[in-house]
Amino acid sequence: MDDVSTASPVQVDPTTTPESDDITLLATPWVTIVWNDPVNLMSYVTYVFTKYFGYDKKKAEKLMLEVHNDGKSVVSHGSREEMERDVQAMHEYGLWATMEKQ
Amino acid sequence: MTGFTRHRKSRLVIANFSGFEADLLRSLASQLVELLRNERAVPIHADDPLEALLDFTGPTEEPDDPVLARLFPTAYPDDPEAAGDFRRFTEGTLRDGKADAAVALIDGLEEAGLPPELTEDGLVIDVELDEATAETWMRSFTDMRLALATRLEVEEGDEDYWATLSEDDPRGQAHDIYLWMGYLQETLVEALTS
Repeated sequence: MDDVSTASPVQVDPTTTPESDDITLLATPWVTIVWNDPVNLMSYVTYVFTKYFGYDKKKAEKLMLEVHNDGKSVVSHGSREEMERDVQAMHEYGLWATMEKQ
Repeated sequence: MTGFTRHRKSRLVIANFSGFEADLLRSLASQLVELLRNERAVPIHADDPLEALLDFTGPTEEPDDPVLARLFPTAYPDDPEAAGDFRRFTEGTLRDGKADAAVALIDGLEEAGLPPELTEDGLVIDVELDEATAETWMRSFTDMRLALATRLEVEEGDEDYWATLSEDDPRGQAHDIYLWMGYLQETLVEALTS
């Protein structure tokens, strides 16, 4: 790993507004993608989306059908760290998940 | 064989298996545990043995075994370095979680009366699982089905191919077990969502 810079003791003026970097990060989220596979059951994939992401049944089924029919679906958005957590959770459930910057 | 159902009053997820079925599930779960724990997670770098010996971090390369490669997919398909880092920080935990789940399944079957060696006929194993345990079984069923399907090279829409195999073809027999586990999984998901 390379882009981890050492923490520098910068004095932060609490009256200044947040740096635009934060805004850029929010505007360019990462995504978690679940890919179709011939093994996982449609009901199981729906269950995982409901249980892990807390999506309602309608949304979970829509995403599951995207995976099934289109071969993949974006199932969550967020920061890089959040998406790494989601991808890891999908792997726990045996789903084939990857992440990328949108 | 009825698969899993949810008991109306206790809300437990219940199923009964013949001794043969329970023994088969235990055998598949044991093989999964063995694969997860035995296959080296960290490849040996023969060109620098000292560095390899001192490397206590997790693996960074996709596993050689196709089953393990399917269980632990590459998270960043277009960024080998990020993918290696992700793998180093997650694969060990994921391996442990999947092995623990398979062990929980084996323990559950044995606590329900499956003897270490199956000898008697007519044995029936009744399992009663609370929700958390049922979900653990469901995840482990997924891992075992992924393992079987990877070994068999199951593909989308290949049902006709499997139907053509003769009854004594071991691939056909293994595929029947795969289908049976799919049926169990379907009833387990249904029981958990009902």
